[in-house]
Amino acid sequence: MTVTDNTSVTSTPEPRVLSVRRRGADRVFRGAVTFGGLSTFIVQALIAGFLLYRGAQLFADYGIDFITSEQWINAGDTPENGATYGVAAMLVGTIVTALIAVIVALPFVVGTSLFLEFYAPKRLRSILVSLLDLIAAIPSIVYGLWGYIVLVPQVSGWSKSLNEYLGWFPLFDVPIPIFDRSPLTAGLVLTLMILPIATSVTREVYSQTPRDQLSAAYALGGSRWGAIREVALPYGRSGLVGGMLLGMGRALGETVAVLLTLNLAFDINFRILASAGGNVASLIANNFGEAGPYELKALLAAGFVLFCTTLIVNLIASFIVRGAERKYA
Amino acid sequence: MSTSTTTPVSASITTTGATGAQSLASVGLHAWFGKRHVLADINLEFPARSVTGLIGPSGCGKSTYIRMLNRMHEFIDGAAMAGTVLLDGEDIYDPGVDPISIRRKVGMVFQKPNPFPAMSIGENVVAGLKLSGMKVPNKNDVIEDCLTRAGLWKEVKDRLKAAGGSLSGGQQQRLCIARALAITPSVLLMDEPCSALDPASTLRIEETIKELASDMTIVIVTHNMQQAARVSDYCAFFLADEHPGLIVENDRTEVIFTNPRDPRTLDYVSGRFG
Amino acid sequence: MTLIATPVDALPTQPWRRSTSSRLHNLGYGLISLGAAGIVTLISPLAGPLGFYLVFVVVRIALIVPLVARDSIAARDQIMAVVITAGFVTAFIPWASIVSTVVREGLEAFHSDYLFTDMKTTSATDALGEGGLLHAIVGSTIILVIASLIAIPLGIVAAVYVTEVKGRLTRFVRLMTMSMSGVPSIVAGLFIYSVVAAEFGFSALAGALALAVLMLPTVSRTAEEVLGLVPLELRQASYALGANQVGTTFKVVLPTVRSGLVTASVLGLARVAGETAPLIFTAFYSASFSASLTGGAIGSLPMYVFQNFKVGTAEAITRAWGGAFVLLVFISSLFVIARLLASRSRKKV
Repeated sequence: MTVTDNTSVTSTPEPRVLSVRRRGADRVFRGAVTFGGLSTFIVQALIAGFLLYRGAQLFADYGIDFITSEQWINAGDTPENGATYGVAAMLVGTIVTALIAVIVALPFVVGTSLFLEFYAPKRLRSILVSLLDLIAAIPSIVYGLWGYIVLVPQVSGWSKSLNEYLGWFPLFDVPIPIFDRSPLTAGLVLTLMILPIATSVTREVYSQTPRDQLSAAYALGGSRWGAIREVALPYGRSGLVGGMLLGMGRALGETVAVLLTLNLAFDINFRILASAGGNVASLIANNFGEAGPYELKALLAAGFVLFCTTLIVNLIASFIVRGAERKYA
Repeated sequence: MSTSTTTPVSASITTTGATGAQSLASVGLHAWFGKRHVLADINLEFPARSVTGLIGPSGCGKSTYIRMLNRMHEFIDGAAMAGTVLLDGEDIYDPGVDPISIRRKVGMVFQKPNPFPAMSIGENVVAGLKLSGMKVPNKNDVIEDCLTRAGLWKEVKDRLKAAGGSLSGGQQQRLCIARALAITPSVLLMDEPCSALDPASTLRIEETIKELASDMTIVIVTHNMQQAARVSDYCAFFLADEHPGLIVENDRTEVIFTNPRDPRTLDYVSGRFG
Repeated sequence: MTLIATPVDALPTQPWRRSTSSRLHNLGYGLISLGAAGIVTLISPLAGPLGFYLVFVVVRIALIVPLVARDSIAARDQIMAVVITAGFVTAFIPWASIVSTVVREGLEAFHSDYLFTDMKTTSATDALGEGGLLHAIVGSTIILVIASLIAIPLGIVAAVYVTEVKGRLTRFVRLMTMSMSGVPSIVAGLFIYSVVAAEFGFSALAGALALAVLMLPTVSRTAEEVLGLVPLELRQASYALGANQVGTTFKVVLPTVRSGLVTASVLGLARVAGETAPLIFTAFYSASFSASLTGGAIGSLPMYVFQNFKVGTAEAITRAWGGAFVLLVFISSLFVIARLLASRSRKKV
C-alpha cells in the first residue's frame, strides 16, 4: 500500500465553476415568476407612459408654463377659445397642505412612538399597536366627511382667534373674514391621515434601539428620559425622517379628504387661514365630471406631474430609511 | 475574608473618607427570573479599595449578581430578589432610595464596549455628567483626567472630536472606563470587560484596574482565571450545578489558587471543568 | 457533595415597585390638576372639553416645576413623561371623535330595509326611512372580488420571485414594490381611465383594475414577509428528496404559509376597500342596483358616501354617515379576521 505524501502537492487547484441549467418546468416557472415580479415595475412604467401620452398635448402647447402658471380657466375648453391651464397654484397648494401636515404631525409622531415604545405598559402596547394599524385603514372619504362636518367649524373658531391675535403675520392674514375650508383645515385632516403610518415606521425604528447602549445610559445614572434623549432619539433620527417623508408622500396625493375640506380656488395662496386653495389631486377630481376633451388632457397631464412628484419623494424616503438601516446593521 | 455566613456584617464595614472609595456588601441576596431561582443566599463583602474577582463557569449567575449591586437587575421583566445590598452600610434597595443615585455611586463597565455612536470621544467621556445632572467647572479637565486614568489620553488627545465608534475594540473599552470614571463612582463593577478584546488590550486594561484600585472598590467578573490571579485581592467562586447560583468559596486570591478549601474550587482553578 | 453552609431560603420580592404612597402622590397631583382645569374653564374664555384638557396638562406640568430646583434630572424626567403621555392621548382624541361620530350619525340612517334597497327611486330630500345602500354593497363586493382575483395571485407571484427565485433583479423588484405602494390612488384611477374607461366607459371592471393597482404592492410586501419566515431547511428537505423548484414552491413552501397569504390578501383588501378617488374615474356611480361587470357605472360604498355628501341635504348627509358606518364595520371586520388568522397560524408553527 502506498502512502500518499501530502508534501508533494505544489499548487492548489482552481475551484470548479458550477453552473445550473434549469430544465423544463423550472425554466417556465422562473420565467413566469420573473415576469410577475416585474409587474410592479411594468405597471408603474405604463402609468407614467399613458398619462404622459394622453396629456402630451399640454406640454406641447404650454411647455414649462404648464407647471409655472397659476391660472386654470376651463371656459371654452381649448386655448383658442380662451381657456388656459396651469397647475402652479395647485402645486403650491399641494406643498402647503402637505407641509402643514408634516409640521403638525412631527411632535405627535415622536411623542406617540416614544410613548408606545418606552412608556406604555407591555400589555397595552400590542393592543395599541394593532389599534394604530386599524386607524391607518380608515378611508379618506371618512376623514373628509368628518373633516367637513366636525373639524371645519372647530378650526374656523381657532382660525378666527388666530387671525385676531396674529393677523399681522402674513401667513395668518386673510382677505375676507371667512375661515372655513382653509388650507389649515385640510392640512390638519392630512395630519391625522399620515400620523398612523409615520408612527408605525418610527416606532419600529425605536424598538430596535441597541439595548446595550440604553443599559450604558442607565448605568451612568440616567433617567428614562435621559436615556431616550441621548440614545434613542439620535439612533432613530433617520428612521423618523424616513417615516415623515413617507407620510408626506401620502399627503401629497390625497384627494377626497382635501376636496371636502378645502375650498378650491386658482390663485397661489400662502395664507393658510383663508378659505381658498387646493391640491393637484382635488383639482383633478373636481373638474373631471364636466371636463371637455382638451381639459381632460390637461387633467391627465396634471396627474402625470403628481405621479412624478410623489415618486421622487417616496424614492428619497426609501433611500433615507435604507441608509439608516445599513448604518446600524 | 469570612466564608459564607448568615449573620449581617455591617458592623465591620467602614468607609474610607478622603478618596471616596466605599465598601459594598451583599447580605442573603437571592435572585429570580420569574419562577426560576438563579441566585441563592449570596453573602459577600467588598472592602473599600479592594479588587474582588468573581469567578466560576458560565451561566452560574455572576452577571446577574453584579447587576444587583447597582440596581440594573430590576430592568428585566419578571426579575425579583430577596436580601439586601449595603453600600457603606446603607441598604440600596430601601424604598426611599432613588436607584439613579445608586448608579451614580456604583459605576459599571460592560462586556461588549458600548460607546455612544452619536457622540464624539470627548462627548462620550462626559456623557455620564449630562445624564446624571452633575455640574463640573471645567469639562475639558474632566475629559483629560478620566482618559488619562483609563490609559487612553495619549492616543486620542488630538482627536477628541472624532466619533466614538472610530476606535479599536480595546480603545473603545478604555473609553467606556473613562466614561464610567467621569461621574466619580466609589465602586466600579466590571462584567468581563476584557472578554471581547485581544491580549494586548487586556493587559493594558488590567494595568488600569490596578491603578484605579487605589481610589475605588472594584468588583470584576471574569472567566479568565489567570486574569483573576493577576488583578484581584480576593476571589469568590460561584457555582450553579443543578441548584441556584451559590458561593462555594471566597477568600484571598492566593488561597483560592494555591490552597482552596473546597475540592470543587480546586477542580475549577486547575481547569478540570469550566 | 455537601456545601460549606446550607443556603438560607427566602421569598422573591420586587422592592423597586412603585410604592402605594408614591402612587397616591401621583393621583393627588392628577386630582389637583383636574380641579384647577375645571375652575379655569368655568371662569375664563377657554371653554369646552379641549380647553379643559389643555389646562389640565399645563397645571399637571406646573406641579412638577418646583422639583426642578431640588433634582432637575428627576423633574425633567417627570415633565417629559407627562408631555409624552399627553401627546399620545391628544393624538387619539380626533380618531375617537371620528369613530364616535360615524357610529352616532351613521346609525341614524339605518332602518329595516336600509341594507336591502337601492337609491333608484329615492330623492335627496326623501325621509330617512326610504332608500338604502344595497347597490353600494353589491357594487363594492363585485369590484373588490375582481380586484382580488387580479392582485392577489400577481402579488404572491411577485413575492415568490423575491423569496424563491431570488434572481438578479430582486433588489430592483423590491424597490419597485416599495415605490408602487406610494402611488396616489387618484393616479391609479386616472391611469385605468386613460387605458380603459376613456374608450369603453365606466364599468365595474375598470374600477376593479384601478383597485388592483393599489392592492398589488400591499399584498406583495406582506406575502414577502410571510414567505421569508419559512425556514431554509424546509426547502432543502424538499430539494433533497429530488423535487424541482416548481414542486417545492407549490407543494411545500406555499402551503406552509397558506394562512399568512390569506392574511396578506385580507390586508390588501382592507387597504383598498374604502378608496374613493380611483372609482371616480373608472366605476363612477349609479344609484340603482347593478351586478354587471361591464355594463356601465356601478355603485360602491365610498362613492355612495361621496355622492350623498355632494348632494348636501340633511337627509343625504345622514345617509353619507350611514355609508361611512357600513364601510368602517366592513374594514374593521377584515382586520379582525386578519388578526385571528395570524394568531392561529402562529399557534400552529
